Amino acid sequence: MIRILEPGPFATVQDLGRYGYQDRGVPVSGAMDPLSLRVGNVLVGNDEGAAGIEITWGGFEAEFGEDGVFCLTGAQADARLNGAPIPFWNPLSVRKGDRVRIDTASVGARIYCCVAGGMDVPIVMGSRSTYVKAGFGGFEGRVLQRGDTLACGKPPYRPVPFIDPHWVPLWGEDVLVRCVFGPQADAFPEEILEIFGSSEYIVTSRSDRMGIALDGTPLAHRTGPDILSDGIVSGAVQVPGDGRPIVLMADRQTTGGYTKIATVIRSDIPRMAQVLPGYRIRFEAVDPSEARWLTLKEEFRFRRWVESVRSER
Amino acid sequence: MNETYPRYHACGDSGLLVEFGTVIDPSVHRQVMHVYRTLKAKNIGGVLDVVPAYASLLVQIDPWRISFERLRMEIDEVLADASGTEQEHAAEGRIVDIPVSYGGEDGPDLEEVCRYHGLSAKEVIALHTAPLYTVYMIGFTPGFPYLGGLDPRLITPRRTTPRKRVPAGSVGIADRQTGIYSIDSPGGWQLIGRTPLRLFDPKGKRPFLLEPGDRIRFVPILVHKEVPI
Repeated sequence: MIRILEPGPFATVQDLGRYGYQDRGVPVSGAMDPLSLRVGNVLVGNDEGAAGIEITWGGFEAEFGEDGVFCLTGAQADARLNGAPIPFWNPLSVRKGDRVRIDTASVGARIYCCVAGGMDVPIVMGSRSTYVKAGFGGFEGRVLQRGDTLACGKPPYRPVPFIDPHWVPLWGEDVLVRCVFGPQADAFPEEILEIFGSSEYIVTSRSDRMGIALDGTPLAHRTGPDILSDGIVSGAVQVPGDGRPIVLMADRQTTGGYTKIATVIRSDIPRMAQVLPGYRIRFEAVDPSEARWLTLKEEFRFRRWVESVRSER
Repeated sequence: MNETYPRYHACGDSGLLVEFGTVIDPSVHRQVMHVYRTLKAKNIGGVLDVVPAYASLLVQIDPWRISFERLRMEIDEVLADASGTEQEHAAEGRIVDIPVSYGGEDGPDLEEVCRYHGLSAKEVIALHTAPLYTVYMIGFTPGFPYLGGLDPRLITPRRTTPRKRVPAGSVGIADRQTGIYSIDSPGGWQLIGRTPLRLFDPKGKRPFLLEPGDRIRFVPILVHKEVPI
């Protein structure tokens, strides 16, 4: 059990998302940075897809209502347990009444607080993720508030005593993300595709869980920004009429009627999730088979690590 | 089927967009529905979601579990089974009646729509309730149906200023589309009525009233007194 004393600007319960209902217009939601959530879960002894708390920016404080284990991952921030500094990416034992306090992140946007057993909120349509806009999932379908008390389940594994440094990402304010052109790259002239692949884009404050809105050299369409609406994957780089790209993220609508010039590859979604207004982004085009290879390599490494550290309770 | 379709577009390493055309057309949509229903029924490992739209189908995958090559084989198999499209004709979606109270508080833009077209409320309601609409796709918000079949005489531009909050159940018109708001949300459609039915109930046993491919009929249940008929 964990009681929220200060939620910060936008804290929600998220797991790895709600799949299987996008044909009914239900967004996937889930952790913006799925890798940080997965690693945090493995470290405390949960299944990798258990629900944790996604904290935006920091300014978060909570009290543990029972003895247990928790771990912080994601953005870089100073954190304290009962006033003493604690590391991220490291599972810690807590006693009933202990308080964790997280300051504003110095680099990165989203911090994950994983507790052994996971957040035991009701499963709605196969997931514990919160979708705030339609008010369902997570804790009462909303952002966490001061005084909320969340129950935790039982963890299936023992906490992991150490971490392979490979899984501790280095976030920065200059971010390179790889992408594959399309599905509507042909809506743009060749020189615009080159501009997209060589320019720097600045993250604006209009960004949220739905999408990261960018500013920079406008991307002009051949004919126009509108297409017959179609489905959208995570990482799709949508270009509306003003030519300013938006990278669509966890809470994106399931369908949309704007051209998508490119799609950020899966293994770089966590980097996109950790940007803040003012950060600079560059896109590097790769072909689909390379994208797949990068993802498989990362996934294979993750799975091998999990196998090597996991032990039954 | 047109020779140049379907076209395949990779969406990063996360999905494959199958394009059947670029226009809103019942025969194109039937192909979308055929592949959508067959892929859903096949329940292929690694396919996370199948999202139909007017003229395309997005298949989202877990690349760890399935490759694009394998997925294309599965889709080609469905397409090769040409008789399927014929069967689709026979087994078109369910027909769902949607009761609507037109005008007044429930449809604050009915008068505006009447003025725009120079029609009486009675005429607008008659034109809106006559067709059997097809649910082409569901999107925008959970359970929101994009309907095909609006009478061209009712084509109305969106409101110049969108509303901050449109109540769930509101029935609206935007350009050549008509639809039903499934949750309270901001929106710019011209609202002509409202249904008491819930299109989306996340905690219900059946969270969705409609599915892609359904056909619906609007049935007038009440016309507000203040509407001059």
